[in-house]
Amino acid sequence: MLPQNKCPPEIEDYVSAQSLAEAVAAMADGQGSALAGGSDLWAQKDSGNGRMRKRLVNINRVPDLRGVSEAGGVIRLGALTTMTELLESTLLRDKVPVLAKTADRFASSQIRNVATIGGNIANASPAGDAVLPLIGLDAQVELVSKRGKRSLPLDSFFRGPGKTVMEADELIAAVEFATPPKGFHGVFCKSGPRPALEISVVAMCLTGILKGGKLTGPRLVFGAVGPTPMRCVKTEALIDGKALDDALIAEALAIMATEIAPIDDFRASKWYRTQMAQTFLEAELNACR
Amino acid sequence: MSLTHKITFALNGKPVRADADVASSALELLRGAFELGGTKLACGEGECGACTIIVDGRSRNSCLMPAVDLEGREVLTVEGLWREDGIDPVQQAFVDEGAIQCGFCTPGMIMQTKYLLSRNPDLTAEEAERGLEGNVCRCTGYKKIIAAAIGAGTGARD
Ligand SMILES: Cc1cc2nc3c(=O)[nH]c(=O)nc-3n(C[C@H](O)[C@H](O)[C@H](O)COP(=O)(O)OP(=O)(O)OC[C@H]3O[C@@H](n4cnc5c(N)ncnc54)[C@H](O)[C@@H]3O)c2cc1C
Ligand code: FES
Ligand code: FES
Repeated sequence: MLPQNKCPPEIEDYVSAQSLAEAVAAMADGQGSALAGGSDLWAQKDSGNGRMRKRLVNINRVPDLRGVSEAGGVIRLGALTTMTELLESTLLRDKVPVLAKTADRFASSQIRNVATIGGNIANASPAGDAVLPLIGLDAQVELVSKRGKRSLPLDSFFRGPGKTVMEADELIAAVEFATPPKGFHGVFCKSGPRPALEISVVAMCLTGILKGGKLTGPRLVFGAVGPTPMRCVKTEALIDGKALDDALIAEALAIMATEIAPIDDFRASKWYRTQMAQTFLEAELNACR
Repeated sequence: MSLTHKITFALNGKPVRADADVASSALELLRGAFELGGTKLACGEGECGACTIIVDGRSRNSCLMPAVDLEGREVLTVEGLWREDGIDPVQQAFVDEGAIQCGFCTPGMIMQTKYLLSRNPDLTAEEAERGLEGNVCRCTGYKKIIAAAIGAGTGARD
């Protein structure tokens, strides 16, 4: 339904790109909106809040944006990789099960079949789930435009709700991360009354190398408790490589609460979000002992 | 005038052409130009599954699919389940279990069940429940729908 006083933008041009060169050319003047699975773009289209620009650029037939592969100790996920592929890829199930765990809590079967990694990142919702484990894996995001290619840490990609450092002429081509080493531990937690089809009230991803009850090189990232995915670097530094005893866990919970910035909204209160974040972290740190 | 784009795709096994309005959904095209009313519009937001169709072997919400993206794809709607020798085993299972009350959710339920069985012909109750999470029914209470999904599975195997 159209809220009053808001008009969806007219789509003035449509390009069905068959190659990366065609897709990049169609985006070059900054007037294109990439179409991947459409589960955000089409859902937001009529609200007047969406970010639909004049030209719809369908990228679904661009082979270079697809595929899950591993070479030289680096795993590459094309931007069009769907949540279903995260669940079904044997490579990922074996080597990065935290991605399948995340996809398993994502939307519904029908949405998972179309929702892409690139769309989840570009949409930049503070409650985007798939970005959390990717930040936990120190993923780099590869952007392409007519001007060239650049890679940057996913962790530095987000600027605010719906805001990123991506320019209007750029496309996300892929994300890449080092194949996790032996002993890699990754968990994803998400709160909501149902297992799926739930916009995260709080989501958390915790990763690191787990050995003898200690988590080394930890990454702690929360969703839906701030304007962007919130990485808790002070908490990470506190627990890095240390024995996770009761005192350290209590300290970690207190410091983490100062690093997140939850708000009150219709889904949950700030208080509830903080409690849930602490509950997740406490449970997962205890599970590492 | 809104912008249209010519597309061709396979609809329930037959090649078809259409002038798709670039701003319209696959659901609108199927129900409009193709007069296939089996696929239902309820929420229009991807939440309820009434509009579920199978595209290139994967189920999806046709309300969130731009019509132009149907280009070159293989599309199955509930009308495509009709066979010379009667209705599809999944439809039969819904009838046998009494898994239909008002029937509005039923085409979507059946298409999603069809998809789930195409991936795994032997669904457990939990797998059926998880797989049908994106399909909402306001009438039945789901028990009979889950029973039909499981029953259709065994039917498809023998
Ligand atoms: C019912 C429902 C449930 C949902 N549940 C969840 C959930 O549990 N967790 C969650 O995180 N999200 C959820 N979502 C949101 C959505 O499904 C995800 O964000 C999804 O990953 C978006 O991917 P897409 O391919 O559908 O993106 P699209 O809708 O195609 O695109 C989204 C945005 O990204 C841009 N874009 C897409 N691909 C690229 C690219 N390669 N380069 C540059 N820009 C690009 C588009 O122009 C658009 O602005 C849900 C949505 C619905 C409708
Ligand atoms: S009408 Fe498409 S999911 Fe509800
Ligand atoms: S039978 Fe009425 S909505 Fe399901």
